[in-house]
Amino acid sequence: MTDKNTPLLEVKDIVKRFGGLVAVNRVSMEVYPGEVVGLLGDNGAGKSTLIKVVSGVYQPDEGEIYFEGEKVKINNPMDAIKLGIETLYQDLALAENLNVYSNIFLGREKVKNLLGAIPVLDHEYMMEESRKVLSHLGIEIPSLKNRIKNLSGGQRQSVAISRSVYWNAKLLILDEPTAALGVTEQKKVLNLVRTLSSQGVAVIIISHQLYDVFQVAHRLVVLRRGEKVGERLTKETNPDEIVGLMVGAELVEGSK
Amino acid sequence: MNQTNLGKVFKSLGSVIGLIGLSLVLSFLTPAFLTVNNILNVLRQVSVISILAAGETFVILTGGIDLSVGSMLGLCGVMLAGTLNRTGSPLLAVLAGLSLGALMGLTNGVLVSKGKLPPFCATLGMMAIARGLAFVYTQGRPISGFPQSFRFFGTGYLGSIPVPIIIALAVFTFAYYVLSQTVFGRYVYSLGSNETATRMSGIKTDYYKTWVYLVSGILAGLAAIVFTARINSGHPAAGEGYELDAIAAVVIGGTSLSGGEGTIIGTFIGALIMGVIRNGLNLVNVDPFWQQVVIGAVIIFAVLADQRTKRS
Repeated sequence: MTDKNTPLLEVKDIVKRFGGLVAVNRVSMEVYPGEVVGLLGDNGAGKSTLIKVVSGVYQPDEGEIYFEGEKVKINNPMDAIKLGIETLYQDLALAENLNVYSNIFLGREKVKNLLGAIPVLDHEYMMEESRKVLSHLGIEIPSLKNRIKNLSGGQRQSVAISRSVYWNAKLLILDEPTAALGVTEQKKVLNLVRTLSSQGVAVIIISHQLYDVFQVAHRLVVLRRGEKVGERLTKETNPDEIVGLMVGAELVEGSK
Repeated sequence: MNQTNLGKVFKSLGSVIGLIGLSLVLSFLTPAFLTVNNILNVLRQVSVISILAAGETFVILTGGIDLSVGSMLGLCGVMLAGTLNRTGSPLLAVLAGLSLGALMGLTNGVLVSKGKLPPFCATLGMMAIARGLAFVYTQGRPISGFPQSFRFFGTGYLGSIPVPIIIALAVFTFAYYVLSQTVFGRYVYSLGSNETATRMSGIKTDYYKTWVYLVSGILAGLAAIVFTARINSGHPAAGEGYELDAIAAVVIGGTSLSGGEGTIIGTFIGALIMGVIRNGLNLVNVDPFWQQVVIGAVIIFAVLADQRTKRS
């Protein structure tokens, strides 16, 4: 559908105001298929607002959104999901008391007919499909019959990501994906982001942990006080420069 | 992983073990307990409460509560008794009971899902309204004298099994199927686990939430049919306090009041435990006033034990 030269997502001159406060001021950015973009900024820089515009939680006051080259209007979270934009927040969107495969299929359960008349859930099918998508992404979960509440933070994150991928997410937005995780688990999630990218899924990653973002992102977009103050290829910059952009100390080094 | 499975088995068996232990003790204390007749007697006694408790299980699994089931039983009972006396048709009476229950359940559901009322408040209001209307409708006087064809629902037998038991078993079988094998059942559990996640999965949460209260209302109507037929009278005070017995059965059966966790089989066991305790204490001649005390202690003990196993 999209080649490497058309952005998967393009936002143009997005403005979002809350009363007198301009939370996002004429911000534009693109994300290409398979690309990992780090969205950085201090608290209150407008990262979350921008993301909520893309995921349909907020409506922009000005500006346009293009997805796969076509202008789109995202009125609510379901619109975004239908387009293939999935946002995973810190408080993961999983039902803790349901098991792994029930969560992956939540809202889209597979039903078969018993004796040709009685509809029943097709547990085997859902379990098998879940096993496939998890192994496809290199995720290890001891048993798919485990309830989410018995999994570690990283495993939950992985289940939530696999769920999006199984249902054809083209763009994943991860809000602080590693914040609540131990070191080993952080690594696993970052590896998973790389795997996704290599399989053509675009990822926007929001994180305070610069180190993590530098490890996986191809490109970095920095916001400050609602405005985009810089955009760098990861390999052409360093954490010091980015921190300078985030806090506004460094105005010399050619921010536009 | 093995440990969690073992824990799960133990937890679901906890109330079963309690029931078996209780039965063993009682059969030692009195030979009258472990007889076919007495067991059928216990089952018949718990049939009305267990039908209410089945509906209550749906509601509590979503994290809600339905305080109006006892009053709904009362109002449905007098309305169907009135219909029966006026028309002489058991069929119309049954339909009146079920549809009135459905209407009240639907109202509860809409108040909770669309009106965003806390379930406790919505159903507390319905509890008072339904009870009040039952007294208004009857002017406080019971309506009695029903044809045998209607009394069948409460006093009849199919083979050697009393009809109320068959109705209750049918309700539990169907509820088991719905909760464990259907999409609706899945959503009942996911609503109680994480409502936001459920909504974000594209599930119409308001619709399914309304349905659980509707189910509870319909089952209250069904319980009213059995109860009214059995006592041969539509009494405006019928079912008073039954909501608490129904909730107790659900809780003793291991369902969490915060939702998302529990089984319909647990509820059946919970209702049986309460029935066996009442029956057993009667058989060994314990003062009925003390029975309340024992039931209360059992509720507290059951929840304590449940939390213990959950924490480990």
